[in-house]
Amino acid sequence: MTALVPHVPALLIAVPLLGAFLAPIVGKLGRTTRNGFVALVLLVTAALAALLAVRFLGSNGSPILYVMGGPDGFAVPLPSGMATPIRIMFEIDAMNVFMVLITALVTLCAGLFSFRYLRDRSGGDLFYALFLLLTTAILGLEVTGDLFNFFVFLEITSIAACGLIGFQAWQKRAPEAAYKVMTMYTLAGIFVLLAIGLLYAEHGGLNMAYLASAIRGSVVDQVALTFLFVGLGMKAAAVPLHMWAPDAYGEAPAPVSAVLVVNSQASLYGLFRVMFTIYGGVANAVLLGWLIVALALVTIFVGVTVALLQNDLKRLIAYGALSQIGYMLLGVGVALVTIPTKPDFGFVALQGGIFHMINDAACIGLLFLTAGAAIRAAGTRDLNRMGGLAHTMRLTSVLFIVGALALAGIPPFNGFASKFLIYEGSFQLNPFLAVVAVLSSILLLAVFLKAFQAVFLGPRPEGASVGGEAPLGMLVPMVVLAAVVIGFGLFPGFFVERIVTPAARALWYGRDAYIHAVLGGF
Amino acid sequence: MSGISSGFGTWNPIAWGLLILGIAVLALVLRSTGRRSYKKGTDQTKAFLSGNEEPSTPGDLHVRGGHLYWGMLDGLDAYYRRVRGLHTGVINDYVAWFVGALAFLGVLFVWVG
Repeated sequence: MTALVPHVPALLIAVPLLGAFLAPIVGKLGRTTRNGFVALVLLVTAALAALLAVRFLGSNGSPILYVMGGPDGFAVPLPSGMATPIRIMFEIDAMNVFMVLITALVTLCAGLFSFRYLRDRSGGDLFYALFLLLTTAILGLEVTGDLFNFFVFLEITSIAACGLIGFQAWQKRAPEAAYKVMTMYTLAGIFVLLAIGLLYAEHGGLNMAYLASAIRGSVVDQVALTFLFVGLGMKAAAVPLHMWAPDAYGEAPAPVSAVLVVNSQASLYGLFRVMFTIYGGVANAVLLGWLIVALALVTIFVGVTVALLQNDLKRLIAYGALSQIGYMLLGVGVALVTIPTKPDFGFVALQGGIFHMINDAACIGLLFLTAGAAIRAAGTRDLNRMGGLAHTMRLTSVLFIVGALALAGIPPFNGFASKFLIYEGSFQLNPFLAVVAVLSSILLLAVFLKAFQAVFLGPRPEGASVGGEAPLGMLVPMVVLAAVVIGFGLFPGFFVERIVTPAARALWYGRDAYIHAVLGGF
Repeated sequence: MSGISSGFGTWNPIAWGLLILGIAVLALVLRSTGRRSYKKGTDQTKAFLSGNEEPSTPGDLHVRGGHLYWGMLDGLDAYYRRVRGLHTGVINDYVAWFVGALAFLGVLFVWVG
């Protein structure tokens, strides 16, 4: 067992990947066996993520490097005698560990929820193959140290996500949503690939650490940055590149919607890695920062105000999720702008932006799962035809309001803790930013009060089926996510100190360590 | 372990929770000193609907999701008409936004940054 510990980064990818290919085969043995197998794969993946976090804590904060193929490391002598890091490698610092933990948590809860949620649906074998493939690709995005592998994993997320979004093909809008998402993801992927091609042509390597040391800010580098920024920004669903997201989140099965949020966050992580590590010290941080702040404000405002307009429960949550991407961008944008002037407050904003990623994943995940349970019970997602579910789904209604209050940044839930850091950091840059952020949170509370009132309060609509509480198999994952929401809210200091601050430090100060871990021997 | 500090302010949920608990206890104490005239099963327990009669069909009691905030949405009609116009649901428009963002950022990064 201990011999496997050094290989945890590879196993983190290999286990769900193997599970994805075996799921349809195991499915031949019956639904229960397949579900047990998928649950085991997801549990082992989560355990590996936890083991990776523990192993990282034991590495005194220096990045963990895992190189595929051969005991001699990555230095392959080329004909010219020059050594270049060209092998497939995973490079894991605190930011990567943070992202892996988010993915493991949400995919585990969403996967367990889906067993009961999709029990009456056919095509489960293919669903779980794609679900595990999406899990693999998101984790791969988050641990790879090579830009081309990053692109490969990005493409796998696109293919798997589109299959899952269109899974409910009997609903007329699901295939349309999948088609739109496939088009936009492909477009984003093409420009990311173009950027990678430009960087390879310019610098002769694709290793992220190598590129970070080689990039000097030439015109080609700036064009590549543009392509990466727009491609990853689109996949992260930043306004005005967000329009695919409500279609995708709205039409996908509820557990998939929760995982799609993590998928967008993985692209956001890629954007952060590009800005802080690969282009850190070269790109104009203040310009980038103000650009991201502007994008953040538009994303927050448009997300919240359009959410208020929605009468489809899942699209309402989808626009709420978009607005939260804006809060993450606001924290990071403020950090970039304040690097030269007020670095202390910039770091606080960065902590807030990063902390909000895990908080958002937990509360949006919880909201999508509770919405899934409510829609399953009501047989519709139209807010004008729903109502009174709290009479029979008491625990689900409590869990929904926990997620909603957390997302709206109401204390003492986790959303408030991260937004507090974002408000404080952005206030130091410009009070207007904090005012917009606070007012948008209040508006978001109004949005979710509308949803709660429409779905759970009042009498049951005439002719509605008298269903009971959501089944235990769906309740348990929702309760786990609610426990995270409450736990992170009541003890924010504990989690900020142990997982958020190291992740923020890795982005803020860790560029040299990231480069040195790969190129130290060169 | 519980609180966080931003360097400008602090947030401690446990202290906040204790404060709320204290206020709740105080409110209960004050309430216990009030009149005890509440009677179950009388008109006191009926919902107050701005003086209107309670609808006979239960379905009419519920304010549907689409009816909430109509005044605010109506007041912001000019903004919402514009925003609706941008969210066409047509894939060509999604791609156009992508190309537009690409061109704008390209100019910004290459010529300015």
